Amino acid sequence: MTRVFISRDMASVALGADDVARAFVAAGCEVIRTGSRGLFSIEPLVELESEEGRIGYGPVGPADVAAVLDGSHANRLGRVETLPFFANQPRFTFARCGLTDPLSLSDYATHGGWKGLEAARARAPQQVVDAVKASGLRGRGGAGFPTGIKWQTVLDASSLAKFIVCNADEGDSGTFADRMLMEGDPYCLIEGMAIAAHAVGAGHGYIYIRSEYPFAISTMRAAIDACAHLIAPFTLEVREGAGAYVCGEETALLDSIEGKRGQVRAKPPLPALQGLFGQPTVINNVLSLAAVPFILAEGAEAYAAVGFGRSRGTMPVQLAGNVRHGGLYEVGFGITLGDLVNEVGGGTASGSPVRAVQVGGPLGAYFPPGMFHLPFDYEAFAEAGGLIGHAGITVFDDSVDMAHMARFAMEFCAAESCGKCTPCRIGSTRGVEIMERIMARREQDSPRPDPAIPAGLAKALYSRSPAPAQRGAEQEIALLRDLADTMKYGSLCALGGFTPYPVLSALDYFPEDFVAPAPAKEAAE
Amino acid sequence: MEDFINAWTLRHGRSRDKLLPLLHAIQEECGYVGDGLVPVIARALNISRADVHGVVTFYHDFRRAPSGRHIVKLCRAESCQARGGTAIEAQAVQRLGVAMGQTRADGQVSLEPVYCLGLCAIGPNALVDGRPVARIDAAALGHIAAEVGA
Ligand SMILES: Cc1cc2nc3c(=O)[nH]c(=O)nc-3n(C[C@H](O)[C@H](O)[C@H](O)COP(=O)(O)O)c2cc1C
Ligand code: SF4
Ligand code: FES
Repeated sequence: MTRVFISRDMASVALGADDVARAFVAAGCEVIRTGSRGLFSIEPLVELESEEGRIGYGPVGPADVAAVLDGSHANRLGRVETLPFFANQPRFTFARCGLTDPLSLSDYATHGGWKGLEAARARAPQQVVDAVKASGLRGRGGAGFPTGIKWQTVLDASSLAKFIVCNADEGDSGTFADRMLMEGDPYCLIEGMAIAAHAVGAGHGYIYIRSEYPFAISTMRAAIDACAHLIAPFTLEVREGAGAYVCGEETALLDSIEGKRGQVRAKPPLPALQGLFGQPTVINNVLSLAAVPFILAEGAEAYAAVGFGRSRGTMPVQLAGNVRHGGLYEVGFGITLGDLVNEVGGGTASGSPVRAVQVGGPLGAYFPPGMFHLPFDYEAFAEAGGLIGHAGITVFDDSVDMAHMARFAMEFCAAESCGKCTPCRIGSTRGVEIMERIMARREQDSPRPDPAIPAGLAKALYSRSPAPAQRGAEQEIALLRDLADTMKYGSLCALGGFTPYPVLSALDYFPEDFVAPAPAKEAAE
Repeated sequence: MEDFINAWTLRHGRSRDKLLPLLHAIQEECGYVGDGLVPVIARALNISRADVHGVVTFYHDFRRAPSGRHIVKLCRAESCQARGGTAIEAQAVQRLGVAMGQTRADGQVSLEPVYCLGLCAIGPNALVDGRPVARIDAAALGHIAAEVGA
């Protein structure tokens, strides 16, 4: 019987993979559902087992079964690993994703699974923490804090109960690596958490997954049930979020697990010392924890050998938005932003020129192509007034209205603010109003057709707060900068504190979108 | 619903940290968390009614009134906007006959905003009664409308 591999990743399913799988079953094939390889322009991808390895075809629809089976289909890709998109990737964290059946314990073991946990359990906790330190691994959830140092703090804290919490809230637009790993290789995350538990002496762990990820939730729950005997005495459970972006912030997340409103706690105390239920707690992003099995199995040096400056190891970069070859691309730090967008991503999907890219989700800066020389590295991005965050890159073509995006950033902050501090709670609402006045003035001075928004709607959207006659465009912009300053320095957490990044970068790099264009000069006589 | 809540706490425990899982279970069971249940939940977990009310109103997921028979969650976040999501949102409002964040008067469909489904390279995206749909254009909107009977 022909063995066929088809992804059951949420993205592949959204593109029709379930129908394709059913069609292959109907044709008498043995269908194995895997995670996704992460190149969505070829999903649904079908891989046929053969003597030369797995031969890929994609994208494939249910009507293509016969042509795929006799090898005549036009979208024959050959071995997927040899495609340019895959050839240059050091797949440390995503090595198994797309290859294996995510819930098969034997697949996991034959592809190197549990080797890291075995190595960790053969060592003293301090040696495990030392290995993570030596790898140079920094938290992949956004702030880039060294993981080994966090673990050391929890190891050194004395307490009867300690916890491992995995932050799988992944609320940033443009990011999906956590989701893909949980759906495609759940045991890898579980193994990383079990290693962390051994390293710091924790007995129980939580994986907090956002409710927008139903596939990840069910896969993780099934995986925990299937491997409970392998990680014992460590125990794990999944907690489902409830649609609040701020619960990605680590202390808000802890409050949410405790059954409270997800509000940010003031630090100190650090969660490493007084975290969940007041006990010492390791809280790490999915990708930070999923990187650990490789580090223990292959050695800290092998991990640290890849990277750039103080950013060691690999980063699963997510190419999103208006991009031709969108998907997950695991790569060593140091690759330039331009290479990611244009070489790997192939430019825009629409074929129009790239105008802006937002890096790091809704709190990240918008960069113009003039900044494409930036190397992907925590420090380099911070210096340029941006952040890497969770390494999501959202590409926009030249139809984007940057004033609209700045307004959206403020609106998002207002909708998602936890309400604890005034600059964020009130400032973001004031920010929306200023942006509406700026845009209403712009439309008034020079009504322009916005290709993205149907005529009439633009007026309805942007004319809610008419500009007070006494305030000119420059004064509105000065007010916006002043407000951004207050939010940046007066907010308790990065939701209010970083919203100025998308707003001010839009204003600084794309000022022409904030004012009416100067009237065209009359041709000189 | 009291029986449901009691049975649930017998099975899963009645510590305060069970509040979110319990609210999810209630919403799964009857579609929303009615205000009348707040004191029942408070008693079941031995916390104050204000605590329960505060949590129900804090999280965007919890509904305090019934939803439509079908729920269309449309992504409004940046990556979907970069792929024409704003125009699709306007069309969806027209095609489904309901404003964003509202339930249609006949109770047939609720249109809800969602901020990212993690399908950001293939947008604009939606969840139609829990089923993910990608690359939504006018034709796909037509299919969705037909599916939910709008
Ligand atoms: C508003 C806000 C949202 C955040 N969302 C996430 C998230 O979705 N996932 C995540 O891992 N970290 C998120 N963070 C960062 C966490 O607070 C924390 O730094 C991280 O989970 C630590 O794990 P790491 O060291 O492995 O990166 C967010 C922070 C803020 C301020
Ligand atoms: S900045 Fe906003 S989200 Fe963060 S603590 Fe303050 S109010 Fe809450
Ligand atoms: S931005 Fe719409 S799915 Fe991520």
